[in-house]
Amino acid sequence: MEGINSNKSLAEVENGIIEDFSMYEEWLDKYEYLIDLGKNLEPYPESARTEDRLIKGCQSRVWLDSKFEDGKLYFAADSDAIITKGIISLLISVYSGRTPQEILSSDFSFIDKIGLKENLSPTRSNGLVSMISTIKALALEKSNV
Amino acid sequence: MNVNELRNFFPALETEIFGKKLVYFDNAASSQRYIRAVKRQEDLSLHCNANIHRAVHKLSADATEEYESTRNAVKDFLNASSREEIVFTSGTTNSINLVAFSFGETFIHEGDEIVVSEAEHHSDIVPWQMLCSRKNAVLKVIKVDDNGILDIDSLTSALSERTRIVAVTHISNVLGLVNPVREIISICHSKGIPVLIDGAQGIVHQRVDVQELDCDFYAFSGHKIYASTGTGVLYGKKKWLEAMIPYMGGGEMIDHVSFSGTTYAPLPGKFEAGTQNFNSIPTLKDSIELFKLLQDNELKLYCDKVSSFMYDALTSDSRIKLYGVPCGTVSKIPLYSITVKGVHHEDLALLLDKMGIATRSGQMCAEPLMDRFGVTGMLRISLAPYNTMEEAQYFIKCLDKAIAMLS
Repeated sequence: MEGINSNKSLAEVENGIIEDFSMYEEWLDKYEYLIDLGKNLEPYPESARTEDRLIKGCQSRVWLDSKFEDGKLYFAADSDAIITKGIISLLISVYSGRTPQEILSSDFSFIDKIGLKENLSPTRSNGLVSMISTIKALALEKSNV
Repeated sequence: MNVNELRNFFPALETEIFGKKLVYFDNAASSQRYIRAVKRQEDLSLHCNANIHRAVHKLSADATEEYESTRNAVKDFLNASSREEIVFTSGTTNSINLVAFSFGETFIHEGDEIVVSEAEHHSDIVPWQMLCSRKNAVLKVIKVDDNGILDIDSLTSALSERTRIVAVTHISNVLGLVNPVREIISICHSKGIPVLIDGAQGIVHQRVDVQELDCDFYAFSGHKIYASTGTGVLYGKKKWLEAMIPYMGGGEMIDHVSFSGTTYAPLPGKFEAGTQNFNSIPTLKDSIELFKLLQDNELKLYCDKVSSFMYDALTSDSRIKLYGVPCGTVSKIPLYSITVKGVHHEDLALLLDKMGIATRSGQMCAEPLMDRFGVTGMLRISLAPYNTMEEAQYFIKCLDKAIAMLS
């Protein structure tokens, strides 16, 4: 459970992702890239694959583990669906290893900017939506510590 | 009539999705709208909009005529014995909840039993569970086998002296198999037990004659048969509807109101409390007319060809498992719920969407059935008569591509 891009600011990582995705004109190419990211997601620790870390949905399921260390939040996550794993990989690269204040400064709009808003619509019953609310809630909770 | 002529009645089929021509294969969730139904609803909203039944003015009389003539049309469509047996609702869910409440409050007591099948949609499970918890009654479940075929023996053993009603689907929205509802009804009736048929999918694919079936209740929605959303029908045998207490109280459903006591309107008004969906219900007349067109031989043969192609393509691919396998006298509608080895249903649906194909993924409002087959969800492809062979071929090609991308 590491911060992958700790040497860059959160906004820089977000902008980098937006730039990466702007190279793909075709929707399927975008998804192919996400699938690749999903396949290469850092393996989720088996010890953390527990019922209380599982977010169930009508669609994909998401396991989310987090820890707060030295003022920073770290996330590890997994899903049974590969595209969801790809999006998880993006979220982790942006938000893992950040201070609560940094996370709270993000409006999570890069997801929208790369055209994946529909995957994260609150009305959609999947684990990703809950994953984002959990990241936000944890950041808020820890910022008050 | 050929399929292209039929497609002209459904302008939504010309929509583009992500720069691709829409292939609409989510018809079991909701069909596309028939242009004449859309036009009728618009026309009624613009030129014939007035609350029905009570007012004496011309506009109200015309709106009432549109609404009540629909009841006659539905009565004839289902071959019900009287128009009092046709209750308009907002959809199948509403129809079943009405029965679960009104029949339940009238006839179900502590320790009584209600029987459903494990292939039911949540809408034919949860209202009965709610009834059971209100009344301390017991919900019993009929099984399906590995092919999805309803186990008649398990029905027989589920029935007891305490069984008060059996509720089963005509065609499961996941399995697409036509249940032997006549046989089920006759078994239940031989023990004096009434039967509700969830016809949400059945009405789309079977010609329903409620007298021939002898069902006690038949519930369906308009939006799955090309009519407006928010329209639905409950057919109920007069003897039950008359004996049942009302579902909701309010305007329209009363005969006489005073603080010392209220009497209720005769059927079917007793079950139609409040302002009805009078701009939309009449679109059911257009659906009924459309069904006559769909009887066209050329169209039927074409649909059969497309269905066989889909079935053969999906069952000949060893990576794909199809749920709901027809056998013997049990036939299947063009509805295919599948899983693909090592590939998640949501991923498939997302990629197909990007190729312009609308399918459904997930639990399909049938969680117990997903548990029965040990899966977290499925991908469902459901066709309508306006779907073409080219679309089916394109789908099979895209499915193959999506599986390759995800494997």
